[in-house]
Amino acid sequence: MDALVATLNAAPLWLVILIKSALLLLVVVTTFAYAMLFERKILGWMQLRPGPNRVGPWGLLQPAADAAKLILKEDLTPKTADPLIYRLAPFISLITAFAVYAVIPFGENNGSLWAIGDVNAGILLLMAISSIGVYGISLGGWASGSKYPLLGSVRATAQMISYELSMSMSFVGVLILAGTTSLAGIVHAQASMWFFIPQCFGFLIYVITAVAETNRTPFDLVEAETELVGGFHTEYSGLRFGSFFIAEYVNMLTVACIATLLFLGGWNAPFGLTMIPGILWFVMKVGAFLFFYMWLRATLPRFRYDRLMAFGWKILLPAATLNLIITALIVALRG
Amino acid sequence: MIGFFALAIVLIASAVWTVAARKPVYSVVALLLHFAALAALYVTLNAEFLAVTQIIVYSGAILVLFLFVIALLSSGVAAFAQGPDRLPKAAIPAGFAVLVGFGLLAFGLANATPQATATSNSGSLHGAAGLANVFGSVADFGKALFTTHLLPFEITALILMVAVIGVVLLAGDVTPFVSRTADTKRVKREMREAILKEGGE
Repeated sequence: MDALVATLNAAPLWLVILIKSALLLLVVVTTFAYAMLFERKILGWMQLRPGPNRVGPWGLLQPAADAAKLILKEDLTPKTADPLIYRLAPFISLITAFAVYAVIPFGENNGSLWAIGDVNAGILLLMAISSIGVYGISLGGWASGSKYPLLGSVRATAQMISYELSMSMSFVGVLILAGTTSLAGIVHAQASMWFFIPQCFGFLIYVITAVAETNRTPFDLVEAETELVGGFHTEYSGLRFGSFFIAEYVNMLTVACIATLLFLGGWNAPFGLTMIPGILWFVMKVGAFLFFYMWLRATLPRFRYDRLMAFGWKILLPAATLNLIITALIVALRG
Repeated sequence: MIGFFALAIVLIASAVWTVAARKPVYSVVALLLHFAALAALYVTLNAEFLAVTQIIVYSGAILVLFLFVIALLSSGVAAFAQGPDRLPKAAIPAGFAVLVGFGLLAFGLANATPQATATSNSGSLHGAAGLANVFGSVADFGKALFTTHLLPFEITALILMVAVIGVVLLAGDVTPFVSRTADTKRVKREMREAILKEGGE
């Protein structure tokens, strides 16, 4: 083990980053595959049916079967589609979904971070990259050249922009408390108390906006299948559809990671249970958040679109602003 | 240096593409590429906060709204109908502007006093650079924005506020400063009276 560490320390930076990226990509894709399976299983249990249970024991090989199906499917491009943008859009979604993992730290070992890059403006970079993600949906819906995808993408753009504001504001509350924009620094600042306690309103706002940002139930107006067929990805099939699908789940995972880092103490152990390594705590917290997400999907019906926008602008944004002002005031008065 | 030239080429090419693209959505995509390259250029200049803000504000918010409007207006994928080709007429003033620009640049370069250039542009993205008072760091940026440049900052905020109010006045269907319910009641009463009158005749 020591020999391995010594070799890695001697390796050039680009090689280390390459290896780390490849490993992380593998982990994220595997997590995506099984998050999807678990979601279907959990939905099944909550609706009193077995869920996928044919492929492999307990349906464990279902993701592989799904992947094979998507790869073998015919890739259709509608005649009315814009050929370049139609092909570009899934890539934008996929790349932005994965790119954020360049700055997310997962744990710490003797002062060295388990992350690809330790960026000191980490949270800002995360916001920047994920704010690009909307282009995939927006361009994809437009480029399909048919009405339902266009409606879906217009909804997506409006919704994501509206909720992004409140989401950023809930971040700023945490940044004020932590006094740093580095993700590792924010986790360190939570050593004594996790930020979801002083920032309970901020956490609530974040959870709501996070669901809206990833276009999940009850905010999945973007792909409301009862009115828009499939929403922005109606015309997509095969791997291109798969890209959007992967991006959605990877975004869910990202949102869970951010919640863990900003509000749930990152890899800090609760109640002094430090015999369990930090990385496991991180995984458990992310897992709990993902489960919460799936629970929401199994429980809540969809919003009406005008109510969604009214809620975002008239309730969520003022609440987030108020939370931010009060937090700033308290921190300033405490000096 | 190689990085700078590569970025500069991407910047100029995407800027030209933005202007020259026939389909407005292509212009948006080109502009998106342009903003990304610009952000990368800021990073090479150690202005990481500026780079990130540039992406969040311009690519993440403003350009999305452009796309929103364009997608709504040109819902088909066909290019806008071709109007008269104005490019030849614009060539003369554009060429003149380019000459003036290069002239000013040459004049400035000839008269500029050489300054010490930053010796190191590495490390800005790593480690504790952002904690110390390093050029381009978040703390430094905030301090400059809220002390030295407070007045321009506040004036910009005011101008944006005026713009927002103006947009609401121009585009809103609700008459400002008039109670909406009172207005609706009045309209309803008038309608009722009109119907009654018609029925009576």
